[in-house]
Amino acid sequence: MEDNFKVIDNYLMVKMPEEVDHHKAVYISKTADQYIMQEGVGNVVFDFEDTRFMDSSGIGIIIGRYKKISYFGGKVFAVNTDMRIRRTLMICGLHKVIEIME
Amino acid sequence: METGQKMQCRIKNEMQLTFDAISVNEAFARIAVAAFVTPLNPTVEEFSDIKTAVSEAVTNAIIHGYDEEFVKAEGAEGENKVYLHCMIVDDVLQVEVRDTGKGIDDIERAMEPLFTTKPELDRSGMGFAFMEAFMDDLEVQSEPGKGTIVQMKKKLGTMSWIGKEE
Repeated sequence: MEDNFKVIDNYLMVKMPEEVDHHKAVYISKTADQYIMQEGVGNVVFDFEDTRFMDSSGIGIIIGRYKKISYFGGKVFAVNTDMRIRRTLMICGLHKVIEIME
Repeated sequence: METGQKMQCRIKNEMQLTFDAISVNEAFARIAVAAFVTPLNPTVEEFSDIKTAVSEAVTNAIIHGYDEEFVKAEGAEGENKVYLHCMIVDDVLQVEVRDTGKGIDDIERAMEPLFTTKPELDRSGMGFAFMEAFMDDLEVQSEPGKGTIVQMKKKLGTMSWIGKEE
């Protein structure tokens, strides 16, 4: 699972699992925070290429990390989002604070 | 043609599940409901809506109904159960998620988007909002100290019907 976290320059790349729910969210948030603190990265990229399911726990992961890094001027990206993921993100208005890409 | 056949064969299936209030069962619950609803031939979109709503309700039962405080006070570690009851009546799916946990003090407040009692756990406060958005009907009954019942309904096959009308 550690392979799912990579630091490239000032970006933490997080490869999201196939199913993003509360069960998985706890680990993702904790590990992402460790990388943000230890490596001092400014931006976070969530990659949804493999994700087929996401509930509001995924929103919690993104908002939580956004609060942490936006304080220092960092940005959050969601990439490889399918229609379903985009819809879920937009219901919460997240497209106003993070960068969402197909 | 296909819709016509579906209308003729009226089914009234029912499923009852009882499982431990642990996070690994969130996936089990939504997959079980998805399997249960297959006779109605849902679209990918409908499957996804149902899975999300079930996931939200079950997650709520696990992290709020049986939260740490409640489990400690009751001394009931490992004994907490979530009860899932599903019914298909014609082309409507009914899902009930019940727990015997701590209950909700203020249901109206709990249902407000972005309101959460557990921001420290990275909860977004969107659970009930998602259930409302993805299902047709949502009812919540709760009594502090007794538990919570969440009832949801979704009519299936409306997508193709809307397409036909146009």
